Amino acid sequence: MKKMKQNVMIIVTMVLTLFAGQCFAENLKITGSTTVLPIAQKAAEAFMKAYPGVNVSLSGGGSGEGIKAIIDGTTDVANSSRFIKDSEVAQAVEKGAYPVPFGVAYDCIVPVVHPSNPVTNLTLDQLKGMYSGSIKNWKQVGGPDKEVVVISRDTSSGTYEVWSEIVMKKERVFPGALLQASNGAVAQAVSKNTFAVGYVGLSYLNDELKPLTVNGVVGNSDNALNGSYPVSRVLYMFTKGWPTGMTLQFINFMMNPQKGQKIVAETGFVPLY
Amino acid sequence: MKHAVRQFREFSIRGFFFIMAFVSIAILCLILIFLAKEGLPIFEKVSIKDFLFGKYWYPTYDPADFGIFPLIVASLAVTACSAALAIPLGIMTAIYIAEIATPRLKEIAKPAVELLASLPSVVIGFFGMVVVAPFLQNTFNIPTGLNLFNASLMLAFMSVPTICTISEDAITSVPTELKEASLALGATHWETIVRVIIPASLSGLSTAVILGMSRAIGETMVVLMVAGGAAMMPSSIFSPVRPMPASIAAEMAEAPFRGDHYFALFATGMTLFLFTLVFNFIADYISHKHRQVGAATL
Repeated sequence: MKKMKQNVMIIVTMVLTLFAGQCFAENLKITGSTTVLPIAQKAAEAFMKAYPGVNVSLSGGGSGEGIKAIIDGTTDVANSSRFIKDSEVAQAVEKGAYPVPFGVAYDCIVPVVHPSNPVTNLTLDQLKGMYSGSIKNWKQVGGPDKEVVVISRDTSSGTYEVWSEIVMKKERVFPGALLQASNGAVAQAVSKNTFAVGYVGLSYLNDELKPLTVNGVVGNSDNALNGSYPVSRVLYMFTKGWPTGMTLQFINFMMNPQKGQKIVAETGFVPLY
Repeated sequence: MKHAVRQFREFSIRGFFFIMAFVSIAILCLILIFLAKEGLPIFEKVSIKDFLFGKYWYPTYDPADFGIFPLIVASLAVTACSAALAIPLGIMTAIYIAEIATPRLKEIAKPAVELLASLPSVVIGFFGMVVVAPFLQNTFNIPTGLNLFNASLMLAFMSVPTICTISEDAITSVPTELKEASLALGATHWETIVRVIIPASLSGLSTAVILGMSRAIGETMVVLMVAGGAAMMPSSIFSPVRPMPASIAAEMAEAPFRGDHYFALFATGMTLFLFTLVFNFIADYISHKHRQVGAATL
């Protein structure tokens, strides 16, 4: 009986210590774009290793969710694959929040086809034609006499927005395009369909996909940085107001060429320098 | 004294169960209020008619189009096609299990069908995407295997267990004297099944079918993965479509909080809820109206 009491005491002490540890640890919340998630994931792991007292909690959910969380003050860092919208700035100001953007990486969006497709280059105009439905056959762009299966991202994804701005020049993607919910799903669908065209982030290229050059320029990190590749974008991390404390440490970590930027390159994105 | 304690215990147990029952109803109400609160503001921007019957769904453009008609048609088409596949399959399986199979085979067949229900929908979706889609593409020489037919097929897999289990219960609960009477009058086993057992269990079978369909119309992951996602009116069963749940799931994460797109997605959720509600009401109505009470009502 006495022994049992002792055991209970030990357990209680252990639990208390555990809780105490939790209380004193500093928390850093990161949420937002699923495009930036792989970067943030690796960065968070490395950051927690470098600062053992810090507890980083990470979640996806999308660029819109992230910026919403910044406006509501429920997160410290919001990942976003697009710049903040005017309507979101207005909401933020209304709530007294001032989101500050930090460009952390470049992303290159590359049109892809099935490896068996003989087409190697498309101009921006041809891509626009395919996605707006005016080019319906591969014959029209120098391919075989087959119907083009147009695969696009959901209209609300950040990748789609960049595509819509740079390639579509804000024109609508025709309703017959297959909309997929993620970069991975697009890659999967194109690799299983001989006459499909899709577009994915640079990091999603694999052996089952054939990347196309756009206006004759290869989509890779050098061409994204020197600006010659037309379909590239900046990935952001937003903070609420100018970052302080742990948030500042994390942003500095991300910007460091030896730390965060190295992770950016490892995850298949284009580092800033 | 002992009596009072007993009474108190009885009272508190009753109270406890009342609270439990009330909690789920309260949660349902809260969700409905939330759905209405987040969905209704879109109707300040577009009329209900333009929302439900508009042909174009371009929520992120300026000016945006919030017409969910292609999405509604897609949901209904996918549900109807999957019902066409799942109803014969489900009911015939149920008849086989309940009436024809030997007890030993029944022991194996029934859990096997129920096991189909426990397959996570994402697994079924993945199967449809990686195996069925390329197969359809090559077999029928169609541009894409991610289409209405593929989605219906996968949804049929998911509603068969629901339809089969409920039908099987309905068939098993047909009073034995009915069956015996029919056989005694010289009817064959087949005649007994078609003329006596099926009519007697019709209300149960209808309930099974409708619950199976309401499962199909609300299913999200499968249609998100294999329906193709093109928000247009389907022209054949091999057209890619974009059912309502797929649209909500795919776009909600990126929709600007409390923007028009966000409200429109919630309003789509309301529409979807109304559809499943109607299905459930029909099921409830049929099961009450045509309830088999004893042998006399047949």
